Amino acid sequence: MKALVAVKRVVDYNVKVRAKADGSDVELNNVKMAINPFCEIAVEEAVRLKEAGTVTEIVVVSVGNKSSQEQIRTALALGADRGIHIEVDGRPEPLEIAKLLKGVVDKEQPDLVILGKQSIDGDNNQTGQMLGALTGMPQGTFASEVKIDGDMLSVIREVDGGLQTLKLSMPAIVTTDLRLNEPRYASLPNIMKAKKKPLDVMSPADMGIEVKIHITQLSVAPPPERAAGIKVEDVAQLVDKLKNEAKVIS
Amino acid sequence: MSTLVIAEHDNTSVKPATLNAVAAAQQLDTEVDILVVGGDCAAAATAAAAIPGIGKVLCADNAVYAHQLAENVSLLIAEVAAAYDNIIAPATTAGKNTIPRVAALLDVAQISDIISVESADTFTRPIYAGNVIATVQSSDVKKVITVRTTAFAGVAAEGGSAAVEAVTSVHDAGISSFVGEEVAVSDRPELTAASVVISGGRGMQNGDNFKLLEGIADKLGAAIGASRAAVDAGFVPNDYQVGQTGKIVAPDLYIAVGISGAIQHSAGMKDSKVIVAINKDEDAPIFQVADYGLVADLFTALPEFEAAL
Repeated sequence: MKALVAVKRVVDYNVKVRAKADGSDVELNNVKMAINPFCEIAVEEAVRLKEAGTVTEIVVVSVGNKSSQEQIRTALALGADRGIHIEVDGRPEPLEIAKLLKGVVDKEQPDLVILGKQSIDGDNNQTGQMLGALTGMPQGTFASEVKIDGDMLSVIREVDGGLQTLKLSMPAIVTTDLRLNEPRYASLPNIMKAKKKPLDVMSPADMGIEVKIHITQLSVAPPPERAAGIKVEDVAQLVDKLKNEAKVIS
Repeated sequence: MSTLVIAEHDNTSVKPATLNAVAAAQQLDTEVDILVVGGDCAAAATAAAAIPGIGKVLCADNAVYAHQLAENVSLLIAEVAAAYDNIIAPATTAGKNTIPRVAALLDVAQISDIISVESADTFTRPIYAGNVIATVQSSDVKKVITVRTTAFAGVAAEGGSAAVEAVTSVHDAGISSFVGEEVAVSDRPELTAASVVISGGRGMQNGDNFKLLEGIADKLGAAIGASRAAVDAGFVPNDYQVGQTGKIVAPDLYIAVGISGAIQHSAGMKDSKVIVAINKDEDAPIFQVADYGLVADLFTALPEFEAAL
């Protein structure tokens, strides 16, 4: 069984991103980049399925600029077998990424596609679902548990108010939520080995796809700040303020 | 122009998130219809028809839509969408699950999680975990949008009497099925609908200590939430998570206990009317967004707080 995992290069989770002073864009010069945390969970899940013997090959794909190959190498060091880089400059939108991923799905014919539920840059939460629509595959989004049972996939999903279990026929798409697993760290020998694993580079033109723009970012701004309030001395004063000043409790 | 709002419902009633989505739709357009897709959902359609200012309610009532499987529902919405310029849904887990499929079927982008309508094609939305607000313009003819519910005050639920029209198309992709659900059974209000929320963070130290929040939640009729750090540490389930990658809440009173206040978290609660922070680290960023800050050890402050209520 073949698994395809999509990973995205994003600003590191620990970086506090700011809008540039002129509001033209976010400040991304010299910031640390990393694999999107939800994508890392996707890689880990595929590796665990391989370790369990259900998945036999893990192909990792990334759509992005040349530097995205670093994140593909990270995924290879974590246990993926080979990489595909679709080189695109700029910031392709989720729909366009989904179209490119569909091209990879058509070629690779995976039984399972695992993606992060959202990337922590654009916070769109769209790509997996869009890939589902384009390929006609079912989806288990925001997954906290994935089980393969013959040619069926059982997925437990994090939904508002609780958990939902779905059964999907494979090939199927899974998007990861936080609790699906805790990703491992790549060991030094595995990082070295990853450098030798195969990595194919393609352009959208190679796949016969023209990347379109649907949404233009006009400006960015810091979020409106909340005025800091006051510090209270003790619990008694807090309760008094909530009752008599803010009037939110009675 | 015409706009279609996809109702959030449980087949018997319309969820408040629908009212927020209608509010956003009405900022965009004067002609707003509502689509209720479900199984045995006539009661939900009737409830939707009572929302004032609506053109009509379309009701697709069929067993294949009963559990709102994205594979089936998206095919139906994409078909109904042919007659509309804007498709709007609340950015709930149901909306996030289904609407991107609809956008892809229509070959247009989705504009996720908008927090304001600037004009017919321009919107604002938080990116980078809420660190930045982007103003974005769509060049698609048809706009598919999800709405951050806390950013739009809900319209009234009653007072209208729109007509309900049946939609009879049946789309069964036949590739997914509903097995079951485990809905957290609680006497407490739902996190996103509660007027008071009390959340714990890494400072709670373990899951057991969340009991300290329960007595207070009972007295205040509050829902219990958590920071991503507390979920990551395994203290509580992920459906407690308040933040950019979890639930977005805007209660009248939000109490953050042992939460440092990473932007990830404050992006999910900063629209609350009154914010209280209890943290022993006086430099914690949470105090920058709190109306009332108490620098104290939560293990002594919480029992005192509960006793004082």
